[in-house]
Amino acid sequence: MTIEETEQEITEEFELFDDWMGKYEHLIDMGKSLAMIDEKYKTDDKIIKGCQSRVWMHSEWKDGKIIYTADSDAIITKGMVALMIRVLSNHTPDEIINAKLEFVEKIGLTQHLSPTRSNGLVSMIKQMKLDALAYKVQS
Amino acid sequence: MSDSKIIASEILPIQKIRADFPILSRKINGKTLIYFDNGATSQKPQVVIDAIDTYYKNQNANIHRGVHTLSQKITMAYENARTTIQKHLNAEHAHEIIFTKGTTDSINLVASSFGKKFISSGDEIIISAMEHHSNILPWQQLCEEKGAILKVVPINDEGELVMEEYKKLLNEKTRMVAITHISNVLGTINPVKEIIELAHAKNIPVLVDGAQAVPHTLANMQELDCDFYCFSAHKLFGPTGVGILYGKEKWLNAIPPYQVGGGTIKTVSFDKTEYADLPLKFEAGTPHIEGGIGLAAAINYVNEIGLDNIAAYEHELLAYATEALIKIEGLKIIGTAKNKASVISFIVEGLHPFDIGTILDQLGIAVRTGHHCTQPLMQCYNIQGTVRASFAFYNTKAEIDEFLKGLERAIKMLK
Repeated sequence: MTIEETEQEITEEFELFDDWMGKYEHLIDMGKSLAMIDEKYKTDDKIIKGCQSRVWMHSEWKDGKIIYTADSDAIITKGMVALMIRVLSNHTPDEIINAKLEFVEKIGLTQHLSPTRSNGLVSMIKQMKLDALAYKVQS
Repeated sequence: MSDSKIIASEILPIQKIRADFPILSRKINGKTLIYFDNGATSQKPQVVIDAIDTYYKNQNANIHRGVHTLSQKITMAYENARTTIQKHLNAEHAHEIIFTKGTTDSINLVASSFGKKFISSGDEIIISAMEHHSNILPWQQLCEEKGAILKVVPINDEGELVMEEYKKLLNEKTRMVAITHISNVLGTINPVKEIIELAHAKNIPVLVDGAQAVPHTLANMQELDCDFYCFSAHKLFGPTGVGILYGKEKWLNAIPPYQVGGGTIKTVSFDKTEYADLPLKFEAGTPHIEGGIGLAAAINYVNEIGLDNIAAYEHELLAYATEALIKIEGLKIIGTAKNKASVISFIVEGLHPFDIGTILDQLGIAVRTGHHCTQPLMQCYNIQGTVRASFAFYNTKAEIDEFLKGLERAIKMLK
């Protein structure tokens, strides 16, 4: 599935909910089902600092593609993290670097991408793209 | 006290007061706003908005310089605002009231100017474990620059200062005590009068961070006998970007200017500058004119309601919310001092404050979550952050009921 196709799939999933509660419950469920990052990567150098919730992220290079794993101490942030991983993980550096991630706006969760200090999500996306760039240069 | 509590909710015309604050009728996420983030900033009554509006429509000119009518009139208005603040704080002189950008700016001013003159290697500065970063970092930086030592008064489990430890820290090397009047996280009202008396007995000056205190209580400079007192207008129902440094005349005369430039001088030549008298010595550049005037309008508004009435009513809200919150399973209140302002911080076992705040926001309820710019205090409690509800006199028990319902809902969703 391409990045755009996954984005479209997520958008359709969220369209099933007509109120915020459903959306957040879905987000929380996704957070709960996010495959945990290996505990050995939950170190200070893997931490993406937000003012409030913390995100740990790790990337690996496998067969020309990047695999991301991550975790957060806040469940809503973790849900957003799970969405990002679902969209970006297992793609080539170029695909990741060029991803526009417009689905966040379409599903009505843009406040989580506002440039506030409240969560590490914006920094996480930046880190995901930086990692992709690093792998691209190496390969 | 119980009598005044009963009277408080009856004599405060809450619906009329609420109508004075236009923002309280707006919708957030389709719900009527419930604003419980007063510790971060307060909402503004129409009289304050009008004062700013009038300033730009009819009064705008630069102060202290022009000979023309507008300039003279606005200079008068600005200086009248200073006098209003002086009287409100019961300061001895109007020139002891310095307009700054806010509490943080006021503390930086004192740390910088007092530090230049009076702090040297080996000296000690006392703060407390419950300080806001704004009353830690200026002193920490000063200590690093001068080789001085920062001493910290610990707190007990209830979130009260351990006064015995404070007494032990005061010694002949202590040059300054900088302490908060009311904690922005715990709500603890510190015994500042006693703190000042103990310091003065050893000739040590005291700076009080009054940012959280001024919306809830009368801060009487001559009665407290404090040397410096700092607060921000925006937490006192006034505009952002303006604050006050009260300083005793003798200290303000003794310390050098902080920032220099236009307005701070008597004469300037390339060889030497003679600085202006108080308060202009500390007010470089064109000030936040409408901010000062707006602050005076806010103070007049608050005084019409009466800070005693406000304190009694808010105490009632605090007791009401506390009683309900402690019944929620897994909820722990952080800060249970006997003497407490209308601020409640709490955590819920297994849940992140950020998640709770996000769900409450969807319900139109504004609370603060996180470390509240008090990371060392969070470390004392070994927590990442809290949810904080802080009440003002325009809040109601009905809003607290809605908040409790929202909180129960959030807990159910997140667990």
